[in-house]
Amino acid sequence: MDPLVQAASVVAAALAIGLAAIGPGIGQGNASGSAVEGIARQPEAEGKIRGTLLLTLAFMESLTIYGLVIALVLLFANPFS
Amino acid sequence: MHYGSLLLDSIGFFDSLPLAKLEVGHHFYWHIGNKTVHGQVFINTWIVIGLLLIASIAATRNIQRIPSGIQNLMEYALEYVRDLTKAQIGEKEYRPWVPFVGTLFLFIFVANWSGALVPWKLFEIPEGELAAPTNDINTTVALALLVSLAYFFAGFRKKGLGYFAKYIEPTPVLLPIAILEDFTKPLSLSFRLFGNILADELVVAVLVLLVPLFIPLPVMMLGLFTSAIQALVFATLAAAYIHEALEGHGEEEAH
Repeated sequence: MDPLVQAASVVAAALAIGLAAIGPGIGQGNASGSAVEGIARQPEAEGKIRGTLLLTLAFMESLTIYGLVIALVLLFANPFS
Repeated sequence: MHYGSLLLDSIGFFDSLPLAKLEVGHHFYWHIGNKTVHGQVFINTWIVIGLLLIASIAATRNIQRIPSGIQNLMEYALEYVRDLTKAQIGEKEYRPWVPFVGTLFLFIFVANWSGALVPWKLFEIPEGELAAPTNDINTTVALALLVSLAYFFAGFRKKGLGYFAKYIEPTPVLLPIAILEDFTKPLSLSFRLFGNILADELVVAVLVLLVPLFIPLPVMMLGLFTSAIQALVFATLAAAYIHEALEGHGEEEAH
């Protein structure tokens, strides 16, 4: 493989996963904070809130995972090599 | 799918420990006709299907009025997927979709956990390694396309060609986005499942590479948890898409 392509791919993979982690991180923090607030205000609704929270966290998580898929493609199945 | 030359091979970092060797893109190829398939995915898919079949047959072979043992477990599973479907599709139309959504959930759940719980390294195959069937993109794409077919079928059966009205329903300006949505739905479904499962296995593999004992355990637990959640997310989204196709846009206020 061309060393330039190799170097660019490694940097791009790192950038893809790193940048993709920013947004979901903020989002998950907000969601969890609100969930804790909701549980503190209404402890009897904890089960329902937790279920919804886990589901929404998984959705946000998947945004990072898209970045990870791009990173994995660049590292393991590089189309430019 | 043939992968090209592997970048990480040339870095040469991951070959130091044979037990924790990372293998992405190595497959056990079977040649059927002029097609090439990933054999390890087939073997594991059959194992998962076999497990589910055995569980269902064992649960229904000798049905008691007061359930116990495996019958109790499978009744719990049935109630779980039924409630899941009912919560998404609604009281009136959920019943025909319980088998589909339930199958998706159970298959993905057992497939994910089989990859995490069974020490597949002990079984030698000529090339590649056995792992969860869902860590192969082909499996998840197939499942996601099944979901696409299912919601188109649901819409057509309910409304006939009137189903296409939903593409121009609020305004025809949004037509390209509505069409794009049909492509992004299976794309995001498949990538989400594939990425999560592969990421779990990679994280565990990298940690085992660094610290072979005890330290990876919490991450493995987290992996089990995420795998279960991903099965739930996939089934929930499938049911939600079917519901959307059944409802259309303007009808939400009607009842």
